[in-house]
Amino acid sequence: MQSEELHYGQVEIGAALPPLRVEVTTTTVVLGALASRDWRPMHHDRDFAQQRNGARDIFINTPHNAAYFERYITDWTGPRGRLGQMNFRMRESVFPGDTMVFRGEVAEKHMDAAGCGWLELDIQLSVGEKVTTSCRARVAVPTGPGDNPWRRSGEAWQPAKSA
Amino acid sequence: MTDLPAEVVSWIGQRRYEAWGEFDVERGYIFTSCASVQNGNPLYWDEQAAREIAGGWIAPPSMVSAWFRPHYWSPGRSGEALALQLHFDLKQRLSLPEAVITENSITFFEPVRVGDRLKTAQILRSVSPVKQTKLGAGRFWVLDVEASNRAGALCAIESYTGYGYRREA
Repeated sequence: MQSEELHYGQVEIGAALPPLRVEVTTTTVVLGALASRDWRPMHHDRDFAQQRNGARDIFINTPHNAAYFERYITDWTGPRGRLGQMNFRMRESVFPGDTMVFRGEVAEKHMDAAGCGWLELDIQLSVGEKVTTSCRARVAVPTGPGDNPWRRSGEAWQPAKSA
Repeated sequence: MTDLPAEVVSWIGQRRYEAWGEFDVERGYIFTSCASVQNGNPLYWDEQAAREIAGGWIAPPSMVSAWFRPHYWSPGRSGEALALQLHFDLKQRLSLPEAVITENSITFFEPVRVGDRLKTAQILRSVSPVKQTKLGAGRFWVLDVEASNRAGALCAIESYTGYGYRREA
């Protein structure tokens, strides 16, 4: 978590987020499944994962994936960064013994009609050379010292990107 | 013309399985979730920061599905209760024994606050024709889960793309 708050005006399109490496263990997978109250056996039972899913081991579940993306984003923005939308596509599963590497960059930025400053981030989660999950996230950051996205609601908080 | 069973076609666009979460949003699970990804955001650990920034304790937005997943067991319940029942209904009705979630989209509206409780509804948006992937022959489907709080304010819409399939022999 960076100590300085990120402000909208400080961010350039194309700016890179610092990479994050995570070593995945069996505990990592099971802890994430339990934290998200996901009791499905492919996230804690290796025999089930292998025999029923054809996977090589238990694997990280969807909400745990989302929690990692959230942590990666708010480590960079600081606590006033507020997620509006997250869309991710899981191409490959992540297993114990894998090393996950998160990389991201600012793809777009714009201020909406309510004055909310939005950053569109492209994030990739890789294991080795392979991208296992790609994520597009929309996060609001303060437009200046007086702005706090968490205090926005109603018309002032429009997290769904218009087509 | 569709080759889908009429029952499945009738589910498209229908609000199903409207239900309240089984427990209030609480900090124990928030700590466990943050610990599972080493999320040190002071919004979830520092009361003064939570009060100043968010007006009190809130939950990480990405945790939204935790608040409406049923207990693994509870008194009087027979069989396993499933969070995405519609996903499992589709597997059963389309005779596709295996399924994975391939894509997840979440839009975050009002913050989820500690002590609140969420109400959800599941809505089937679409089902694809039969496809062939490396997992086996099956169908993709998209379903939304809408979550709102006790005051009736929308907190999140989760959209899941599932792939139900039959493994190759």
